Amino acid sequence: MLMQLTINGASKEADVEPRLLLVHLIRENLLLTGTHIGCDTTSCGACTVLLDGRPVKSCTVFAVQANGRTVSTVEGLEQNGVLHAVQEGFTKEHGLQCGFCTPGMMMTSVALLERNAAPTELQIRQAISGNLCRCTGYVNIVKAIQYASTKMGEAKAEKQPATAGRA
Amino acid sequence: MAVEIGGIGHSVARKEDARFIRGKGNYVDDVKLPGMVYLDIVRSPYAHARILKIDASKALAIPGVLAVITGKDLVPLKLEWMPTLMGDKQMVLPTDTVMYQAQEVAAVVATERYIAADGVAAVEVEYEPLPVVVDPIKALLPDAPVIREDRAQKDNHIWHWETGDRAGTDKAFRDADVVVKQDIYIPRIVVASIETCGMVAKFDKVDGQLTVWMTTQAPHAIRTVIALVAGHLGLSEQKIRVISPDIGGGFGGKVPVYPGYVLAIGASVLTGLPVKWIEDRSENIQADSFARDYHITAEVASKKDGTMQALRVKTIADHGAFDAAANPSKFPAGLFGIVTGSYPFEKAFVEVDGVYTNKPPGGIAYRCSFRVTEAAFAIERLVDILALELKRDPADLRMQNFIPPQAFPYMSTLGWEYDSGNYAGALKLAMDKIGYAALRKEQSEKRKRGELMGIGISSFTEIVGAGPSKHFDILGIKMFDSAEIRVHPTGKAIVRLGVKSQGQGHETTFAQIVAEELGLPVGDIKVEEGDTDTAPYGLGTYASRSTPVAGAATAVAARKIREKGRLIAAHLLEASPDDIEWKDYKYQVKGVPAKSKTMAEVAFAAYTNHPQGMEAGLEAVDYYDPPSLTYPFGSYICVVDIDKGTGEVKVRRFYAVDDCGTIINPMIVEGQIHGGLTMGLAPALYEEINYDKDGNIQGGTFMDYLLPTSMETPSWETGKTTTPSPHHPIGAKGVGESATVGAPAAIANAVVDALAHLGVRHIDIPITPWKVQKILKEKGVAE
Repeated sequence: MLMQLTINGASKEADVEPRLLLVHLIRENLLLTGTHIGCDTTSCGACTVLLDGRPVKSCTVFAVQANGRTVSTVEGLEQNGVLHAVQEGFTKEHGLQCGFCTPGMMMTSVALLERNAAPTELQIRQAISGNLCRCTGYVNIVKAIQYASTKMGEAKAEKQPATAGRA
Repeated sequence: MAVEIGGIGHSVARKEDARFIRGKGNYVDDVKLPGMVYLDIVRSPYAHARILKIDASKALAIPGVLAVITGKDLVPLKLEWMPTLMGDKQMVLPTDTVMYQAQEVAAVVATERYIAADGVAAVEVEYEPLPVVVDPIKALLPDAPVIREDRAQKDNHIWHWETGDRAGTDKAFRDADVVVKQDIYIPRIVVASIETCGMVAKFDKVDGQLTVWMTTQAPHAIRTVIALVAGHLGLSEQKIRVISPDIGGGFGGKVPVYPGYVLAIGASVLTGLPVKWIEDRSENIQADSFARDYHITAEVASKKDGTMQALRVKTIADHGAFDAAANPSKFPAGLFGIVTGSYPFEKAFVEVDGVYTNKPPGGIAYRCSFRVTEAAFAIERLVDILALELKRDPADLRMQNFIPPQAFPYMSTLGWEYDSGNYAGALKLAMDKIGYAALRKEQSEKRKRGELMGIGISSFTEIVGAGPSKHFDILGIKMFDSAEIRVHPTGKAIVRLGVKSQGQGHETTFAQIVAEELGLPVGDIKVEEGDTDTAPYGLGTYASRSTPVAGAATAVAARKIREKGRLIAAHLLEASPDDIEWKDYKYQVKGVPAKSKTMAEVAFAAYTNHPQGMEAGLEAVDYYDPPSLTYPFGSYICVVDIDKGTGEVKVRRFYAVDDCGTIINPMIVEGQIHGGLTMGLAPALYEEINYDKDGNIQGGTFMDYLLPTSMETPSWETGKTTTPSPHHPIGAKGVGESATVGAPAAIANAVVDALAHLGVRHIDIPITPWKVQKILKEKGVAE
């Protein structure tokens, strides 16, 4: 089947089998290997990408379901040589060790902060509870997301006039 | 100065993060070669069965399926069996019988990953089921079905191992005031690193060169194993290159050689094409090596006043159908002899019997140094049971019995020389930090109200850094490790090591050791591992051995460079070498700080202006044979609350004091402890691999094998004491596994403590809500 999607801002076309999983389209056809595969039951979240801005486990989405839609992967986080605040948070707070769960974990984090700029610790833990990590014990991942939340909040405050957003 | 160079003791940001946060890591499944084909595996639905027929015709009819490989195809190549690290052998593919569910039966090679899976589904296998034995105790009964008909010995007993003074220990028990005894089962678990195992194998038919990209923690040892297993096919060691690229977690599960690896290599040799094999998660859980599965009976003899005198431990070890554990050759039960723990037992006797069952091979580590978790769990549970028996506070009883700091180096009754320790210091710090006295008061008040709260302690001792070559080898290869350092003319350096990081941050910490020793900024030092063509030979990363062994090699190699540099500095400063000292990360003429040379200046001279008669260049290699093992330790205190309705255990607080000797990078050490604690929580409350009586696995996917998520994992609290190892060049001991070793007992002790007043003395892990609720109902306190 012919399909088209926009991935990390670039339009791509592909001729795929109907059964091809989105994660394999991303990794094998589009050669974006930052998105990983850690299980076969939609449990681990290593394959998390954003589909039209919402986090999905790309091992449980057919490639053709992304037809005409927008996909964001870890490779799209850094913009013009500037790290996304979430990427910065993960390294500053030592939120990764082997790095295998990290791309999926970061994509979930980005989606969380898009819909809730200042999550509580419990909200962060709930948001990443579908992403398994075997190395870090999650403590520093929570801190990494808190770091990103603070940094994004500061950046937003700087961009807006001093009075905006204040009651 | 130290801050600028980023030497030992600094939380230097990790070098490896730059690629990982950008999705630019290079894991095995990311390797893609021109013309590469895919291998997938047909697995047995039965735990024990005779194979009557394998019909591959439908699979071979699928366009894109290139080959179906069965055991019979491997016979002419003499590859149907492979040796294990434990002197046993393991089937690569069966010729007639399968011995556990999910065992490899055939391999399908196809042009695409999906077509290989189609091929697997189309291979038709006829089986005749045979009697199954999954319980190792039943496997030892005289009428048990014999699993390994291929052996001369016609029963399921593999080996017997014992250590200590049997007669003296028995006498101590006869004479003791108090004896406590407990059966403890430590269930099968699986490391489940988030990256599964896999390989890309590329055999070049023209020059006979085999290159493999492999998820391995021990690339050099693997190269030798391949040469030994397949040398008769022309794969000699100089033609084998093992590359261990970025590894997505190891924890012991990537030490063994699994049949899939051998099949990928075989398929590449047969087809002449590069072959990729990547496990599914369910294959990883169902067929790869397991940890634990120890049936322990442990007893402690003590005086009335609580002085512990003797320890007796009998264990049945379930090793599955093949003894493919990854222990040093002389230690079939690993370092289980550390079971006397932090206490000066006068007498001890330990015996372990390895047994075959119809399960996948067991006996590998789960983030611990060769059976140390089993040992720590047994002794730390027993101390609590003794405290209960004597109506003593468990902290108080430990304080009374600890090996005192002045007793180190301490020779245990089972023959291990502990390097250094301050056990009371660690426990006292943990008690102060968590507010032990206040927690006991709170518990007592809650108990009056009928609320269930428990406090658990674990004061564990590890034994890591294997090991001295006189005792430690794998397949005869001594367990040294290595480092090679080259300092370039402009004062930059490359360090190559025989170990292999799987997330531990070696690229950063080993650079810090070199920075400290040579005075070069950490950013100027590149660390490279995992390529057998370039790195010096080493035994790899497991059993917390990288820092104790390769870390020592790194420091010693750097000191060799520093010594040569001293001669060059003397030449440059026109002084006698005896008058040159290394101070403030520079060579100085003694007493004349103004006359000095940096390592970078000396390095430049090593290539441009070295003394007459001296070899040019500035490099060194060291193969370090540790004089002894290292003994990290710690004290953990856990607080749990139990829901009387659901039986759910909630870890409210967990304070961990660790002592791993000199700390190279505090941030990385703390991260390792967080992760280790989580892998201690996992078997304590959640993870277990069960089998039904027919040998069917009961939790073979991530849907039912419960790794802790962010919701179950508490916010770990950590503290430290620092007692350097006296025999390690920088005083470091290793830390990657401490928390996994120490945490399960603290959690189990806390749960039992919450229920002790109801008459509960022990609950086998994992302590699931179902088990707790059953107890609450029996005791009439369930809500």
